[in-house]
Amino acid sequence: MEKTHQAHHEHYDPEASKIGMWLFIFTELLLFGAMFIIYSVYRYLNPEAFHLAGEELNTLIGAINTVILLVSSMTIAMSTSAIRKGNIWLTQQLLAITLVLALVFLVNKYFEWGSKFSHGIFPGSEYMLANYSQGEILFFGLYFVMTGLHAVHILVGMGLIIWTMIEVRQKKIHQEKYDLLENSGLYWHLVDIIWIFLFPLFYLIH
Amino acid sequence: MQESQSAIQASYLRTPGRFKGFLGWVTSTDHKRIGLLYLYSIATMFFVGMLLGLAMKLELVAPGKTLMEARDYNATFTVHGVIMIFMVVIPGLPAVFGNFLLPLMIGARDVAFPRINLLSWYFYVAGVVLILIALLFGPGTPDTGWTFYAPYSFKTGTNMLPAIFGAFILGFSSILTGLNFIVTIHRMRAPGMGWMKLPMFAWTLYGTAWIQLLATPVVGITLVLVALERLFGIGVFDPALGGDPILYQHLFWIYSHPAVYIMILPAMGAVSEIIPTFAQKQLFGYKALILSTMAIAFVGYLVWGHHMFTAGMSGTAQYAFSLLTFLVAIPSAIKVFNWISTMYKGSINMQTPFYWAASFIFVFMIGGFSGLVLGSLATNIHVHDTGFVVAHFHYIVFGGVGYSFMAAIHYWFPKIYGRMYDSHWANIGWILFFVGFVSLYTPMFWLGMKGMPRRYYDYLPEFHGANILSTFGSWILAMGFIVIVFNLIRAARSGPPVGPNPWNGKTMEWMVPSPPPVENFEEIPVVGENDGPYNYE
Repeated sequence: MEKTHQAHHEHYDPEASKIGMWLFIFTELLLFGAMFIIYSVYRYLNPEAFHLAGEELNTLIGAINTVILLVSSMTIAMSTSAIRKGNIWLTQQLLAITLVLALVFLVNKYFEWGSKFSHGIFPGSEYMLANYSQGEILFFGLYFVMTGLHAVHILVGMGLIIWTMIEVRQKKIHQEKYDLLENSGLYWHLVDIIWIFLFPLFYLIH
Repeated sequence: MQESQSAIQASYLRTPGRFKGFLGWVTSTDHKRIGLLYLYSIATMFFVGMLLGLAMKLELVAPGKTLMEARDYNATFTVHGVIMIFMVVIPGLPAVFGNFLLPLMIGARDVAFPRINLLSWYFYVAGVVLILIALLFGPGTPDTGWTFYAPYSFKTGTNMLPAIFGAFILGFSSILTGLNFIVTIHRMRAPGMGWMKLPMFAWTLYGTAWIQLLATPVVGITLVLVALERLFGIGVFDPALGGDPILYQHLFWIYSHPAVYIMILPAMGAVSEIIPTFAQKQLFGYKALILSTMAIAFVGYLVWGHHMFTAGMSGTAQYAFSLLTFLVAIPSAIKVFNWISTMYKGSINMQTPFYWAASFIFVFMIGGFSGLVLGSLATNIHVHDTGFVVAHFHYIVFGGVGYSFMAAIHYWFPKIYGRMYDSHWANIGWILFFVGFVSLYTPMFWLGMKGMPRRYYDYLPEFHGANILSTFGSWILAMGFIVIVFNLIRAARSGPPVGPNPWNGKTMEWMVPSPPPVENFEEIPVVGENDGPYNYE
């Protein structure tokens, strides 16, 4: 059987793996889509409270993180171009830059969350129950869930990029066969585009 | 006979791999072995779910407490529901027969991502283990019903977290199976096999796969939110913090209504394969069946609100959901007419799979018509949350998926094992199952009309007679199930070997030896201009 499985793996169809990734991205979009529906329902029900709570978020850190993610999307896209040209060294450098940017994003996020926590703003906090309206509690509940879920996706994306870098190093990914790299890139763009929607919804609309 | 024996020796069942025995099975990425792994795990879970169902029916044999307290009854119907829905009927036909047959039907050697396919089975097992943990350990068995309705699902002190997480993982397993099937059908059809040459079962798997892919994530995130609500109190579904429990119901049913089409579409597909073989005719209305499949998959997305007619929604929304619900009946009826037309003037070969397929149509129609009673706004109010709903649901889901599954296992059994079962005992099993089924669920229609609520462990004395009949039916059904399972196990071990095509089937899977060799096809077949899907010789 082992032999025949080798035969299975030799069947190489980059188109199939890309379709697979796109289908997976659809599921991710629906996952966040449900969250966006919940957000819009509660925003519609509590416009004032969402306005007030939104002003408490740090727009500067949010904007910096947006730029970081956009740049990281660019570097991972460039890494695909680099592998097409057969430049393994440049591919690895660009992937490493993407990874570092992802890490910086998470560090920023950590400080942002940390400052909220130190002000007593977190789900289930007594301080919020005493001082905030229901709409504001909902806003911060959604803020932590949605940015938290997004951060989990960043972590998964970082894992994917590390896996890709290992395979590039092992020469499993090369000029002729780079579907894993392309798929990591697709996934990273998804993580990016979700943030592109989260940023205005939480930080900008007042 | 000699040839059949050697086919069994050379098949996927025997060929030695790196590991032997059990390990050889759980590390195999062969779609046929994965299909059987699913078959054995799903059959086991069905047996557990059936025991719980029998316990519930035994409790209802007399008014008042018979066997268990009210709380235990709540836990029993919750676990029965979770097992039967998430572990049996949703994976059911796609995971077992879809995995086994799809590559054979489209002329491929395997699915597109064999390793992800095996991974999805591991996810299934992980989900099962988590839910069993919820059952056996911790503060108490979940008692919310399989719907996990908010706010009770984060207020109850029972062991909800592993159960919710288990359901989430099972959803992931389902998504991966669907993803695999879509890519397989797009990329791996044999040369010359256009979309209009796909057998109906493959078409229904395709429709189902899209629903699995696009609906499951919504319930996934909803369950995550319930878990977060329990852990941290984020407030999204908690009315005490401004959240809206009705929103939970919407999000839950946006998945869980399409989920019944995940269950029923492949069931319809299997029946569409079986009826032509035994009517010895080509399938009638192939294109109409494809269109109705896609119509059901699409409209099925838009009807979730009919679960919530009494939960509080605007009149306009109620009318819209009711109308859309009625729309689903049209493609479903088209399918029934096509099956009947396939039989018309056919030379019907009365065999066990045909009995199951024909009784599928019978119970499916009763389930479907009673669904219209529930889809009408006025009658819905009368029978909402009564035994009527339970009877309808079991007629359509257990009747639909269960009968189709039985038809499929009796039809493809010789393909899977290369051996034949004893059809005398198979028929006895069928008639017991059928009689038991009808006497188990039909009284519940009447009980519901008379006002007996569902999910109660007790009832008024005037409902006693019908409940006795129902409990009695549950025993006959269980007896039938045991006869069927023993008959099939015996046949799988020592039934007489049969040739590649004992039923004279005309689809591609019957063109390879039974059981199929590991590689399915020695050479990938080329489908000609006039070939298929129902005229391979």
